[in-house]
Amino acid sequence: MQINTPFFKQRASEALHDENLQKALGNLKAGFPEKRAIAVSRMPEFEDLRDQARDLKNHIIEHLDLYLEQFESKVTENGGHVHWARTSDDANKIILDICKQVNAKTVTKGKSMVSEETGLNDYLEKNGIQPVETDLGEYILQLREDHPSHIIAPAIHLNLEDVSEAFHKNHNRPKSDDPAVLMQEAREVLREKFVAADVGITGANFCVAETGSTIIITNEGNGDLTQTLPKTHIVITSIEKVVPTLEDMTLFQRLLARSATGQEFTVYNTLSSGPRREGDQDGPENFHVVLVDNGRSEMVGSEFQDMLRCIRCSACMNHCPVYGAVGGHSYGWVYPGPMGSVLTPKMIGIEKGGMLPNASTFCGKCESVCPVRIPLPKLMRHWRQDEFSKHLQPKAARYGLAGWAFLAKRPALYKTYTRMANWFMKHWAGKKGRIEKMPLAGGWTDWRDMPAPQGKTFMQAWKEQQKNGGSH
Amino acid sequence: MSREEILNNIRRGVKRNTADDTARQTVLNRLSAKADNLIPARAQLPQQEQIALFIEMANEAAAEIIELDSISEVPSASAKWLRDRGIFELVTSSTAKVDALDWSPLAEKDIQRSQRVAQAGDFASLTDSFAGIAETGTLMLHSSPQSPTTLNFLPDNHLVILSRSAIVGVYEEAWKKIRAQFGATLPRTVNMITGPSRSADIEQRLQMGAHGPKTLVIFLIND
Ligand code: SF4
Repeated sequence: MQINTPFFKQRASEALHDENLQKALGNLKAGFPEKRAIAVSRMPEFEDLRDQARDLKNHIIEHLDLYLEQFESKVTENGGHVHWARTSDDANKIILDICKQVNAKTVTKGKSMVSEETGLNDYLEKNGIQPVETDLGEYILQLREDHPSHIIAPAIHLNLEDVSEAFHKNHNRPKSDDPAVLMQEAREVLREKFVAADVGITGANFCVAETGSTIIITNEGNGDLTQTLPKTHIVITSIEKVVPTLEDMTLFQRLLARSATGQEFTVYNTLSSGPRREGDQDGPENFHVVLVDNGRSEMVGSEFQDMLRCIRCSACMNHCPVYGAVGGHSYGWVYPGPMGSVLTPKMIGIEKGGMLPNASTFCGKCESVCPVRIPLPKLMRHWRQDEFSKHLQPKAARYGLAGWAFLAKRPALYKTYTRMANWFMKHWAGKKGRIEKMPLAGGWTDWRDMPAPQGKTFMQAWKEQQKNGGSH
Repeated sequence: MSREEILNNIRRGVKRNTADDTARQTVLNRLSAKADNLIPARAQLPQQEQIALFIEMANEAAAEIIELDSISEVPSASAKWLRDRGIFELVTSSTAKVDALDWSPLAEKDIQRSQRVAQAGDFASLTDSFAGIAETGTLMLHSSPQSPTTLNFLPDNHLVILSRSAIVGVYEEAWKKIRAQFGATLPRTVNMITGPSRSADIEQRLQMGAHGPKTLVIFLIND
């Protein structure tokens, strides 16, 4: 996928002007957070489960090499194959090779964010293999030559009309604006693809070391058809997805659906443990798992290690005011929202992704809903420091911060300056008390008025309070 | 080699070398203990209440529950259900339980039964199940030569037999049951199914019947 992350500011500003997108994002805000809140209220142990999930993930990361080795030996014992991919290129090549070995022409795909990360679809197409996305949202996007804007609701940026238009163009059927009819249409068209495919590619939510199983968790059932019908099933997943036992997987299962869609449980939780067994009448004859690294192994032991706990539930973006305002595409690469702001600079480089950790109001909502308690604001702050120390921030931001630092170290000057600035801003704002435009603050004031400072500066107030005996 | 590079990176990150026996022992202990994590109180109930909870949660997930006094009523109940919907074919699994039934009620209503893998265009399938999990109204099924997985996903309607005695409270109990039967090697696939297929990918509006079955019928047997 093309990287558009450096253009975050411009894309965000376009997104805010895009009426259709704003309408579509309204659906998100009205949906997921409320559903999650209800699901959480029905599970009194939810906070304790989060603590346990955090601790278990930390234990897994501390022993990641050992659990991966165990997983590999169990998959092999079950008759499957494990492949290790250091980079996206490695992963794509491994998958192409498997496809070539079985003379594959068409490939069906269940939803996989790791495959978005590696750019698998483009790579297969360039090499003469047609991948067909089968998740309804992903299928819509493929018809529109579009990319996911959300990790579990990929087409959340589209409205009914967009889908209706795309289907009409591609399916040769009368145009409909009934979501039920559209879904039935996709069901019928894709059924033929499921049956015809030579290879089925899915992701995995977890890999169980104890049994050598991968699990997919879906509502549609497309992943199950993708992995059951073709002769070859390839799982593309990443190294941090391994869990020790079935019981450990279950801890995360209880958190995932509730945090993601607010469901009590997702419709299909399917474990795959190798190729078809003696006497089986269906199921794949070949079973491959591609374990993708792509920078993750370097996060172990780094200040970003906590991010490896992520179970890709999407709660952080569903609750993020910035994501809710600008949508996933503004982030310019595969992973949007707070988790994307932490992961993207790691995966595409701070030079290209460094803008993202600034796309936050640091309100802390993301951390408060994260099922594995990742301190997302803290991790974004790490990146900001990194970016600043590498001199990668735009001039206005650098000079602004440098100026502030200069003043902050000189209390007398600071006081004079803030008092002056305060006075200046109040007069700039006029009677309304709102600043509609201010030099260098366009990114802020184009979208909301900045409240002009009222009354005293913090230092003035602090002094007075101290004088009055320090009470409130 | 990718494999060694990845593993070495991790070992460097956790400041440990391969030969560290304590870490290895910790991992082996966890894998063999298969200990439970926190189990929510919700489904830790007497069996009768677990059954009631299963029914409530399965209904909430939009599964249709038909209670039957005996498994011998499954063929006639299936015949009625299919006939009411104008369906004249049923593909069934061939497990001992399913095969032992007298299927003549289907023929009496001109419904044809076959035993094979599912094909695109099949209207209805019937399979047995391994367990019901009360906590979320979830069915557990597994693949076998007698019960092909396509039966659970390809047909438009999926009818499932579940004995009351096969209902457990929580997922953990189902894992213990699976291990008791299969030991260290799981069946090729284990399916946990909670209601019929659905999608909200168009404008976040929930539609039932995406790619999997549009209806899920559970024949709950009083045994
Ligand atoms: S960071 Fe936390 S909330 Fe965000 S997707 Fe990952 S697990 Fe979910």
